[in-house]
Amino acid sequence: MDMFLEYLWAFLIGGAFCAVGQLLIDLTKLTPARILVSYVVAGVILGAVGVYEPLIEFAGGGATVPLTGFGSLLAKGVREAVDEHGLIGAFMGGFTSSAAGISAAIFFGLLAALCFKSGSKINET
Amino acid sequence: MNISNEEYGELAKKRSHGSKLYKTVPMAFLVGGLICTLGEVLLNVYGMIGLNKDDAGALASMTLVFLSILFTGLEWYDRIAQHAGAGTLVPITGFANAVASPALDFKSEGYVLGLGAKMFVIAGPVIVYGISASVVYGIIYYIVGLFMK
Repeated sequence: MDMFLEYLWAFLIGGAFCAVGQLLIDLTKLTPARILVSYVVAGVILGAVGVYEPLIEFAGGGATVPLTGFGSLLAKGVREAVDEHGLIGAFMGGFTSSAAGISAAIFFGLLAALCFKSGSKINET
Repeated sequence: MNISNEEYGELAKKRSHGSKLYKTVPMAFLVGGLICTLGEVLLNVYGMIGLNKDDAGALASMTLVFLSILFTGLEWYDRIAQHAGAGTLVPITGFANAVASPALDFKSEGYVLGLGAKMFVIAGPVIVYGISASVVYGIIYYIVGLFMK
C-alpha cells in the first residue's frame, strides 16, 4: 500500500508540473524552449529557498523528473560545493551535480544522430 | 501537394492544437505523470540493487534520457509528443529529445556545425540560464554564510 501511494504521488505531482506547462503553452505565447528555461531557473530558485527538497522527499520521481528537479539539483550541487570549496564552489557545483544527465544527453544524442536517419517529417505533413 | 485555400484552412485547423484545454491539459498530465512514475520505479529499482540515493537518481535520469533519445531516433517520441504536449516536454526526457532531435535533423549540414552545434539549439539556453542561476545562488549562499558564522 505504501508502495502504491508513493507511485500515486509521483504520478500526481509529476503530472501537475506537466499540466501547468501545458497551460503555459496554451494560454501564453511561451515557446517550448522558454518553458524549459523557465522550469530550470524556477527549480534553481525553489531549490535555493529550500522548498523543493521536501517535495522530492514526498513525491520522488514526480519532483525529480520534471526539469524543475534538474534546477533544484543545480542548486543542491552549488550549495554542497560552496560548503566544501568556498566561493569557487559557486562555479563548480552546478555542472558537477548535473554532469550525469547532461553528459548522457550529449553522448546518447550523438550516438542516435550517427545511427538513425533524420525523420521524414517534411513528407508527412 | 495541390490544395485550395479552404482545404488548407481546414487542414491547419485540424493540425493546430489551439485552445482545446480540456483535451491538452489532461493529456499532458497523464503522459507527464506516467513518465515521472517510471522515474520513481527506476529510482526504487536502482536503490534496491544497492546504489545510494544520489547515484540512483543520476542513473534514473540517465536511463530516462537514454530511452527518450532512443524513442526520438525511432521517431516515436515526436509522435507521442503531438498528443502529450508539455507532458513530454517538461520531464527530463523532453530535454533529451531537444538535444537529439535537432542533432538528427541537422546531421546533413555537417558533423561539426550541423550535428554538433544544432544539438544545443534548445539545450544551450537551458544550460546557460540554469548554470548562471546556480552561480548567482552560489555567490549569495557564500555571502550569507559569511554573516551567519
